[in-house]
Amino acid sequence: MIIEVKNLHKSFGKLKVLNGIDVSIEKGEVVVVIGPSGSGKSTFLRCLNLLETPDDGSILIEGSEITAKGANISKIRQKMGMVFQQFNLFTNMNILKNMCVAPVYAKKVPKEQAEKRAMELLDRVGLSEKAQSYPDQLSGGQKQRVAIARALAMEPDIMLFDEPTSALDPEMVGEVLAVMKELAASGITMVVVTHEMGFAREVGDRVLFMDEGRIIEENTPQELFGNPQNQRTQDFLSKVL
Amino acid sequence: MNFEFLSTYWMYYVEGLKITVIYAIFSVLFGIILGVALALMKLSKLRVLRGIAVSYINFIRGTPILVQIYIVYFGLYSFGISLSDSTAGIAALAINSGAYVAEIVRAGIEAVDRGQIEAAHSLGLSYIHTTRLIVIPQAVKNILPALCNEFIVVTKNTSMLSIIGIHDLMYNTDTIRGNTFLAFEPLIIVAVIYFTVSYIVTKFVGILERRLKASDNRS
Repeated sequence: MIIEVKNLHKSFGKLKVLNGIDVSIEKGEVVVVIGPSGSGKSTFLRCLNLLETPDDGSILIEGSEITAKGANISKIRQKMGMVFQQFNLFTNMNILKNMCVAPVYAKKVPKEQAEKRAMELLDRVGLSEKAQSYPDQLSGGQKQRVAIARALAMEPDIMLFDEPTSALDPEMVGEVLAVMKELAASGITMVVVTHEMGFAREVGDRVLFMDEGRIIEENTPQELFGNPQNQRTQDFLSKVL
Repeated sequence: MNFEFLSTYWMYYVEGLKITVIYAIFSVLFGIILGVALALMKLSKLRVLRGIAVSYINFIRGTPILVQIYIVYFGLYSFGISLSDSTAGIAALAINSGAYVAEIVRAGIEAVDRGQIEAAHSLGLSYIHTTRLIVIPQAVKNILPALCNEFIVVTKNTSMLSIIGIHDLMYNTDTIRGNTFLAFEPLIIVAVIYFTVSYIVTKFVGILERRLKASDNRS
């Protein structure tokens, strides 16, 4: 198991967002998390790399407990790339610098080597000619492809996606999903929070349906979409499909 | 109106302006150092530091600058701390400016998008690297124009120092008024000089703001 979550709880003030999440994810698995807004999907994802600190429960990444006292959070995060809804490219740096800053400063990769790798990755997402551009000059879809490439530059074992296409204009969703599909095929472990049911069905190995801070149902996409067992899953799917 | 006095007294204005600009520069400089320290205290997790910074800022912003100048000039003296006029003057203005700069700096740091910091953390960058490479460069961009405006405010505030005998622009204007028995005309000239300085700095800020914006989306 590359990710093992046990009895995860999280509240914001009085609001209970996660009410005991238990899930295990295998190496190379593509897990898609769906559910109504406010169900705790994003919070669950953000707990995995400790952007949110869990109140209770345990999270093991590659066998080590990340919530343990004295755990090296930065080191753990280096193994987990994250892609955000709002892209979050560094606005004070050009694209190449965006790609190289973490490898150079956090991983101490020599600059030339980091730049070479960055150019390869930009090429892979079809944006090598934008290396010297600044984030504000790119479209939403381009920014998100750079954000994916930037996360990959750290050579992570796990990629977390937090609604990566939700802030995009409809015509740009396809280009980002295409990159994610290619990535899924490469065998990297992925956890994707999304409203793109087509992507979940096509690319997901497993789909988790969350509601009110719990995983209500989990199954293969074929089973979950074709034959949902829980009433709430049925209600949700009838609204979005 | 009679401006003939200028041919005799113009050097008074030049000398006064020199003093005013020098005092303004040093006051802003120390004000920035103090202001950055106060802003960091106000953003700190330690309640004591936050309390000190908040009280300081509230006190300075809630009292007249004239009172503050008198307190530094006479108050410290009565405690046996003897400062030269120039040190006391710059200290008073810096103490005042620091409170305003603190708010500018704090707002500039808080205006950095949370998502930028989260992205840096998610990539495994440490707190120190995130601060140095992401937060500070973006905050400086937010802060710089407002700091130049603070320079204008401090420049105008230096006129208050004439009351403790600093030979600044305002003091020299009063000297001219006394010598020439002209109550009004020397004031017109000094107003024009203050305005010109402010105007030049304002224009400079405008250019700076456009430059900073341009560097966010250079094409």
